[in-house]
Amino acid sequence: MESWKNHKALFAAVATAPLTWLILFFLLPLGIVWLYSFGTNQGLTQIDISGTFANYARALEPLYLGILWKSVLVAGATTIICLVVGFPVALAIVFASDKWKPWLLLGIMLPFWTNLLIRTYALMAVLRTEGYANQTIGWLHDKFGGLMTLGGLPPPGAYEPMHLLYNNFAVIFGLVYVHLPFMVLPLYAALDKLDKSLIEASLDLGAGHLRTLLMIVAPLAAPGIISGIIITFVPALGAYLTPDLLGGPDSQMIANVIERQFKRANDWPFGAALSFILMYATFIAIAFQAMKARQAEARQ
Amino acid sequence: MIGLGKRTPIAPLEYTRRLWMRAWVGLVLFFLYAPLITLVAFSFNDSRRNIVWRGFTFKYYEKALNNDSLMEALVNSITIAALATAVSVVLGALAAVMLWRFRFPMKAAAEGAMALPIVVPEICMGVAMLVFFAKIGFPTDLPWPFNLGAITIAHITFCFPFVTMVVRSRLASFNREEEEAAKDLGANEWQAFRDVLLPHMKPGLVAGALLAFTLSLDDFVITFFTSGPNTVTFPVKVYSMVRFSVTPEVNAASAMVIALTVILTTITLKMQSRMGTIAQGH
Repeated sequence: MESWKNHKALFAAVATAPLTWLILFFLLPLGIVWLYSFGTNQGLTQIDISGTFANYARALEPLYLGILWKSVLVAGATTIICLVVGFPVALAIVFASDKWKPWLLLGIMLPFWTNLLIRTYALMAVLRTEGYANQTIGWLHDKFGGLMTLGGLPPPGAYEPMHLLYNNFAVIFGLVYVHLPFMVLPLYAALDKLDKSLIEASLDLGAGHLRTLLMIVAPLAAPGIISGIIITFVPALGAYLTPDLLGGPDSQMIANVIERQFKRANDWPFGAALSFILMYATFIAIAFQAMKARQAEARQ
Repeated sequence: MIGLGKRTPIAPLEYTRRLWMRAWVGLVLFFLYAPLITLVAFSFNDSRRNIVWRGFTFKYYEKALNNDSLMEALVNSITIAALATAVSVVLGALAAVMLWRFRFPMKAAAEGAMALPIVVPEICMGVAMLVFFAKIGFPTDLPWPFNLGAITIAHITFCFPFVTMVVRSRLASFNREEEEAAKDLGANEWQAFRDVLLPHMKPGLVAGALLAFTLSLDDFVITFFTSGPNTVTFPVKVYSMVRFSVTPEVNAASAMVIALTVILTTITLKMQSRMGTIAQGH
């Protein structure tokens, strides 16, 4: 690495374009939104930057605080389910034979590369009242419902399709579906680096598999688990498409409220304040992860 | 299945050979793939109602291909992705060289700012783009393809940091002595860059380009905030179709995009594994 002072012309040639782009088309737009969050609406399109905190105060009203809290809960539930479902998968990939490992990794990664909208749409077709899930359960119900009479139970009535779509269940289901690869890949990376002889030692010394997992594997893989949690939690918290398409009227998340302020409600200052609250939450999560990663490095 | 041939007992650490583990992985893969596979399968189904199989047909593909607004959206998406990829690769590569080669004041801040578009929630970035283009009064009535300018600019902004990331990790394996040798032999700065550094960066550039193309083609949220009534991209069009109904036509259009994604991903992975073997060869 060399100092920029020794090659000023070269440094300028390399740095000008990307830095200008970043400032002009990223930092400046964010800066405008940040300023708007301290503004008030004057008429239809005019926004007066008055330095008010009224927009942030409004975000703390019970209605919006409730939606914020609900977004955190939904994203948290998604993250926990992803962790529980994804951990054994990551473990299986780590201990898979060399022949299978790349295929399993590809199997986890491929949906991740598929268009988010298409994946959400695919879920809609599965979860609809007349979708594949209800069709399958209904078919099983009709086929095997008769068996219940053999056990002396009254025969079941006609199958009532379940309402699987347009509710909170569908939102969490969809978020898990979309974010599972985000969890599995960092977990895999952390578990793969683990010294396998430590696990063997634990097993040799008489600990069971579960105890080894909790007392040996989990603490050693903690940085990877934390980054998996953050990488899943952050996009789930800001999810827009999944609650919009799969959710019902009461499953709005913060991103849906932000969208409404900018598109239909036309209250840009309030929307700007909400987006910055979401951004600060994201930054806190990432800072927490960075801190934990540094601590783990320092221990080693 | 793999273990069946050998009669060796399962060693304590061979978790993947345990039945419950296989069942779990199988279930997860089923969960990930079943919706997509049914989506593709039912795009060939000769029935409007999408549920019962009524025989094989290509008619929904024909319908999707003859749907002018859908095809226009697809052409828009591919145009935007191509433009955004071209600019992102240049900007991303320059930024990667800058961060890899130079020490400069506020470098940590520049690095952080460069990673910011990757971590900022999509909705916040979409909103920022909407506000920004409204504020500067970006013209909305330009002829094609210039009317795609706003979306393309937004896409470049979130694509090029990914290119930087990929190219920078490739640069880490570059041997600086090669460049010095070239200069000792009389190459100037530009010749050394063109003939020594650039060939080394090439696999990273290709992988970065494919990543940028996929990201741009995929993006819905940020595009949703920057697109106007005349600048609809494929995901935005599918979104408006999906809001109303689930039809085999949407299945057919989605299946085509899935096929495109699988092809692009395969090429990317091939490039990456080649990049890996080249790196090991050094």
